[in-house]
Amino acid sequence: MKKLLILGAGTAGTMMANKLRRRLDPVEWEITIVDPDPIHYYQPGFLFVPFGVYESHELKRPKTEFLPAGVTLRAETVEVVEPDKKRVKLQGRTEYLHYDVLIVATGTQIQPGETEGLLGEGWRKDIFDFYSFDGSAALRKKLQHFEGGRVVLNVAEMPIKCPVAPLEFLFLADYYFHTQGIRDKVELVYATPLDAAFTKPRAAELLGGLLEQKGVKVVPDFNLSEVKAGEKKIASYDGKELDYDLFVSIPVNMGDALWERSGLGDELNYVATDKHTLAAKQMKDVFVLGDATDLPSSKAGSVAHFEAEVLTENVLRQIEGQALLPDFDGHANCFIESGFGKGLLIDFNYTTEPLPGKFPLPGVGPFSLLAESKMNHWGKMMFRYVYWNQLIRGVELPLEAQMVMAGKQAA
Amino acid sequence: MPSIDVNGTPIEVNADGFLVNPDDWNESAAGILAAQAGISLTPRHWDVINFCRKDFTATGKSPGVRRITKVGGVPTKEMYALFPGGPGKLAAKLSGLEKPKGCL
Repeated sequence: MKKLLILGAGTAGTMMANKLRRRLDPVEWEITIVDPDPIHYYQPGFLFVPFGVYESHELKRPKTEFLPAGVTLRAETVEVVEPDKKRVKLQGRTEYLHYDVLIVATGTQIQPGETEGLLGEGWRKDIFDFYSFDGSAALRKKLQHFEGGRVVLNVAEMPIKCPVAPLEFLFLADYYFHTQGIRDKVELVYATPLDAAFTKPRAAELLGGLLEQKGVKVVPDFNLSEVKAGEKKIASYDGKELDYDLFVSIPVNMGDALWERSGLGDELNYVATDKHTLAAKQMKDVFVLGDATDLPSSKAGSVAHFEAEVLTENVLRQIEGQALLPDFDGHANCFIESGFGKGLLIDFNYTTEPLPGKFPLPGVGPFSLLAESKMNHWGKMMFRYVYWNQLIRGVELPLEAQMVMAGKQAA
Repeated sequence: MPSIDVNGTPIEVNADGFLVNPDDWNESAAGILAAQAGISLTPRHWDVINFCRKDFTATGKSPGVRRITKVGGVPTKEMYALFPGGPGKLAAKLSGLEKPKGCL
């Protein structure tokens, strides 16, 4: 039997397991997927937990529920990958898992320990994150009893998973404090290492305008050096300081430490990947997708989905000895919740920034690109159903892997 | 396209003042770009610039601050002292490289 090994059973790894199990002959190929955590989290839901839109328990299910027959889940931690020997060593075990083809979907995680003082005396008292299951639940409890003060949201360092989530958090916080009747007692501050609200100029202008309209103060070019929890201050490397009553942190995001142990990661433990074929640059018969790559694309589930479409074909081509297709274009598609029952949608790739228009049907929609609408909010709410029942099960969605210009208004 | 004058030779730069072609770079160009940013180059600045040039040759990408710190061995606080206002962008600019990505 030939062996296909997948590292990581999150959004990207689970999609690949489903798609490839359908396409590979079960007599010829066995598929094993390795992930230390037996629970699958609906990560887009973490954003909503602090504001009571979702309950935490609605966001987790056993990983086995989403893996088809013929895929073996090993709930283990990978110690190192040895690409020269085409094998993977598991932590605390003497056995190796050998592979003919390896798919890397090890994702990215927050690393609050990377910033001085972040995990100190204030952690989960007046310092919170919302990028983890526990963190979002803890922040919910804090907000239920919050009576007002200065809320500072900070992105420690780029790149982060879901680069629009900080903005959505601010929009939702504004809405939440309105509904609690204390918006006039809360000051919302956004300290970002970027020089504007977002990374793409046209969207940054629109989103920056929305922040201003909602009374959020933006502090650009803020590179977090240290949290002084005793003084309730955060400091930047160039000596700026901000006081807070409640500090919401998006800590440094890093790829899996196994890549550092294997000597195959970059300075943030991401894996060097060909931006169009998704082949690993330093390993033979290895492919990478999702948040684990070092690609200049957003770290987001939609990107992993579009990559999975391209990668399924390329894995099959590799097995058959055909040339890989350079078909991944950096396509990302993100709903942005903007509060008061509305949302925005952006659709972009490596070379085209988000543009206004209609999506997915040109001129029709029902979703509006780069504009607020109620329908976009409902799209975002419906997405949880699509995620659990279609997306990660590898069911085809009526969306093109590549970005399309039809329906978009170019400048 | 705008350009800067390096010992009588014009070198093309983009709207943000970054060199269009990294191969046009030389030590004099670094001095002129540094002066524009209000920086007078010390041996420590050259350590950073030399690392950036070498790393770019190896990877084809402009290193960000974290890479200069972790792989190049220059502490983050020192980077901010050497290149006030934006160490990642300024180190890349003085090294004749494009603005580092990593902001997506």
